[in-house]
Amino acid sequence: MEELVQMARRLRRHVVTMIAQAGSGHPGGSLSAADIITALYFKELRYDPTNPQWPERDRFILSKGHAAPILYAALAESGYFPVTELSTLRQLGSCLQGHTDRTMTPGVEMSSGSLGQGLSFAIGTALAGRLDKRSYRVYALLGDGECDEGQVWEAAMAAAHFKLDNLLAIVDHNGLQLDGSNREIMNLEPLADKWRSFGWHAIEINGHDFPAILGAFQKARQIKGQPTVIIALTVKGKGVSFMENKVEFHGRAPTAEEMAKALKELS
Amino acid sequence: MVQEVSTRDVYGQTLAQLGAENPDIVVLDADLSRSTMTKFFAERFPERFFDCGIAEQNMMSIAAGLAASGKTVFASTFAVFATGRCFDQLRMSVAQPGLNVKVVSTHGGITVGEDGFSHHSIEDIALACSLPSFTVIVPADAIETAQVVRVAASTNGPFYIRLSRPKTPLVYPSDYHFVLGKAAIMRPGSDATIIANGLMVAAALKAAERLQQGNISCRVLSMPTVKPLDEAAILQAAQETGAIVTAEEHLEHGGLGSRVAQVVVKGKPVPMSLVAIKNSYTKSGKPEQLLQKCGLTAEDIEAAVRETIRRKWRDATIAESP
Repeated sequence: MEELVQMARRLRRHVVTMIAQAGSGHPGGSLSAADIITALYFKELRYDPTNPQWPERDRFILSKGHAAPILYAALAESGYFPVTELSTLRQLGSCLQGHTDRTMTPGVEMSSGSLGQGLSFAIGTALAGRLDKRSYRVYALLGDGECDEGQVWEAAMAAAHFKLDNLLAIVDHNGLQLDGSNREIMNLEPLADKWRSFGWHAIEINGHDFPAILGAFQKARQIKGQPTVIIALTVKGKGVSFMENKVEFHGRAPTAEEMAKALKELS
Repeated sequence: MVQEVSTRDVYGQTLAQLGAENPDIVVLDADLSRSTMTKFFAERFPERFFDCGIAEQNMMSIAAGLAASGKTVFASTFAVFATGRCFDQLRMSVAQPGLNVKVVSTHGGITVGEDGFSHHSIEDIALACSLPSFTVIVPADAIETAQVVRVAASTNGPFYIRLSRPKTPLVYPSDYHFVLGKAAIMRPGSDATIIANGLMVAAALKAAERLQQGNISCRVLSMPTVKPLDEAAILQAAQETGAIVTAEEHLEHGGLGSRVAQVVVKGKPVPMSLVAIKNSYTKSGKPEQLLQKCGLTAEDIEAAVRETIRRKWRDATIAESP
């Protein structure tokens, strides 16, 4: 567990540095998802960075495409591309686009950025796995604000209808979206019950607690005949005190000064 | 009497044949399989058919996920829903990554008739053509449809194929061979060229026949592939006949006519007219009544050709005057 904690801290440092260097980006939602992504890439997922198209690989689909930096950090630390690439984020000619682009970055399964499409894409991937009798599992990470999109619920209905037990959705429930809190902007609650009523097995956890995250992944593998969703309660901006629970840092890059302060906290 | 055959029936039958030949073909529909005729595939290959319910956005992104996993995916619904309803899904999930998804729509254009404007698809070609990686095809009859569907299945990348609701007259000879991106010369001619696709090819041939009686020799090009266009055939027609009239069951903006005009304007400017739906929505009515109201009949094409030829002559007179 200590190794995961260390890795998550390292990924958070990458996120802060990348976004500060780029001068734009979305730190809040990358930091809230950092522990989930760490658990996925350094414990849960089966993959081969030397063969990104390995047919048996588990699929991770980042539906909240604005959290691209945390995915890029995990892919780099997993060996998909050199860590030095991270400093090119959002620059012309970089393989690391502002939002994920499956044509540009090894290890990125889906082009994203327009919200609400990832769970549907994951359904297609899970159906293909079933048709081809492959054992891979499909993981889709959604934002909570993203659940405002109607397509998420079209997909929620379909995944249960198709009984996709090889599909796991994770909602990074940090409680904030661009204009304010979920509660103020568009109330989502009761979120877990909504998924349950659509036919999903729902697990609510603390999204910064590694034993809880890994336990939920394990539980999800045992659920048969229906898809599982993990509602991960998280803190937006987690790990950097002055970014935590601040709507402002949904989509603002830290200044050089703020970066230094953040890196000190994450050292 | 010209034989009339339903293009969507032929689509469904061809898809079922392809299903037997290629185990990687997967078909999606949005609760319209009895109308789009994907039901033929569904009956034979239920394990590879997924009805997504009335949720077109979800269907298109599911199609992308299947295609990203190596499947050749056909996704069908009515034309008006297949494009506008899920444009962003086509854009981000399918077009940008260039995935192997074939969007085959039926009930294109206004010949859905009585259902009214909500079901009249008059912007779909413009929307589909605006997506950079998409190939866009409007077959003219059942003979062409069967071949287009086969070519789409064996060509990697996104396709938009638009079919009709009513039965359509067979316009091609039985030995016709569809070539992607190529026009077919349906009739030779030297005074003007009509470029048409879909249902309007039959109307164009009728117009050319009537013009011939008035000693006007009119070439007819069938242009099934709207994107990429057969630019060489267009420029040759402009060069050799000096007047071009396009005919399509679509808005004037962004469809066959405006795409042909881009080629003509850049390569060989000649007088041109567009027979298409003007800038307005449509009403309920019988297909023939609507075609008449929108100015999409053989008579309308004939009048447009005569008017365009007059402009050609006028230009020639001006050029020759001292």
